[in-house]
Amino acid sequence: MGIVSPGFRRKRRDEDVELPPGQYLTEDFPVLSAGPTPNIPLDRWQFTISSEIGQEYRWTWDELLELPAEEPTVDIHCVTKWSKLGTTWRGVSLDLLMEDVETTADYALVHSYGGYTTNLPLEDLLDGKAWVVYEFEGSELAPQHGGPARLLVPHLYFWKSAKWVRGIQLQEFDEPGFWESVGYNNYGDPWREQRYAGD
Amino acid sequence: MTQDYQDGNALAGPLAELFAVDVTAASGRCVSCGHTGRVADLRVYAQAPGWVARCPGCEHVMLRLVRSPDAAWLDLQGTLSLRVPLPPS
Amino acid sequence: MSARLEWRVAKLAGVHHETATARTLQLDVPGWPGHVPGQHVDVRLTDEDGYSTQRSYSLAAPADSDRVELTVQRVKDGEVSEYLTDTFSVGDPLELRGPVGGWFVWHPSRTGPVLLVAGGSGIVPLMAMVRARRQARSRAPFRLIHSVRSPSDQFYASELRRVARDDGGLDVATLYTRSAPTGVPRPPRRVGAADLEQYGWPPQFEPTCYVCGPTGFVEKVANTLVGLGHDPRRIRTERFGPTGG
Repeated sequence: MGIVSPGFRRKRRDEDVELPPGQYLTEDFPVLSAGPTPNIPLDRWQFTISSEIGQEYRWTWDELLELPAEEPTVDIHCVTKWSKLGTTWRGVSLDLLMEDVETTADYALVHSYGGYTTNLPLEDLLDGKAWVVYEFEGSELAPQHGGPARLLVPHLYFWKSAKWVRGIQLQEFDEPGFWESVGYNNYGDPWREQRYAGD
Repeated sequence: MTQDYQDGNALAGPLAELFAVDVTAASGRCVSCGHTGRVADLRVYAQAPGWVARCPGCEHVMLRLVRSPDAAWLDLQGTLSLRVPLPPS
Repeated sequence: MSARLEWRVAKLAGVHHETATARTLQLDVPGWPGHVPGQHVDVRLTDEDGYSTQRSYSLAAPADSDRVELTVQRVKDGEVSEYLTDTFSVGDPLELRGPVGGWFVWHPSRTGPVLLVAGGSGIVPLMAMVRARRQARSRAPFRLIHSVRSPSDQFYASELRRVARDDGGLDVATLYTRSAPTGVPRPPRRVGAADLEQYGWPPQFEPTCYVCGPTGFVEKVANTLVGLGHDPRRIRTERFGPTGG
């Protein structure tokens, strides 16, 4: 780490809260992006879960909105070291989306519009730990933050919460996603500071 | 469309940690569309956990670079070839 | 080329105000290896909690032994540029590494015609070329087109007037996009094909074109130059992205 720059303060307010190691608090919502923001017309939007034997479960935009929604309030932790507390989202629990899916797979590879991918164990998507969300703080999810819909998996670093989510592929084997294949941790638990491969 | 990228000149510092020559002056060929151009002209998304350089022709990812405290990870899967200009030997 | 790129600790030796929101930092960097005009440095800031962030800045002038210059434009909510323009004080240390970049550069040994097109603070690396040309007593034909919003946004104004008068073979055109000083016949507007034809070189002269500025400006100027018949292989570009902060 470098020398301290006299008088340099990052833009944030201090609060006495417990954060995962190495994280700092932010009040704004930084936009991180590995590519251009895709433009996804809602009448063409689809969300697909494909099982390891190739069976597909598909929702259109209207079908997603018809499902019972939840409003999780969660803390989010970005691997670039900012944390944002008490964010409120609205969307559909993965438990509900997975309800009729027949699978014995252990792993999930999440796909996004625009080509992004991220991987995680299937159990990290279940038991009230993950959602497909389409509202943030009471407003429709802005495209730069992943709208029309993104994955929300707040107990892992935020790169796992794929923006512009398009589908989830269930697999018997683990396959590294976009960042996991170039040095980022395969699991990404912020409380164990699993930022990079080997952490 | 928002302009949320920089250009490949921004890779000069991060890549100079790895290579003795300036890679931004090299010409790369895109795996996806065959576009050939300077690394300096790639579209670089740096507001991310790493640097992601995309083809200006088709947006395909040509280069990814992640810097951890004790290592650098470089992915060139999207680059078919890289022509690096060198002084005549 | 030199060994692996390392962070160095520079010290702020002096400051020159360019506009109300931009200033030139004169930095002493012990052991500075020298650089070519157009190259840049990466600057890294770290706070007491260990939060660290880095940005690229173009070198504004040829090196004077261990002294280098950066001109920094303050951008709204840009934590690095706000620090460098407001807080960073003479005597303070600053981590930087470089020089880096070997594409957007002009070697003073080159004799062919050069067109420089700058949008706003994109003038900085191009000014390094103008200054290096003067220092090397180069006769390479140079034309500089600088697009600025208004007279109060122009960096290096008096120096540019002076070199345009004194440096043989260098023409400088300042074009205003929002408000022009009285007496300037061209109404304020964005740089277009007519401007590039009037103040640039004809494509038949085969100038090397350097275009630097915000992404949208660079894309438009580069495309217009191609449309006018300039060979894309002779157009070199440098864009500011979202982290211009």
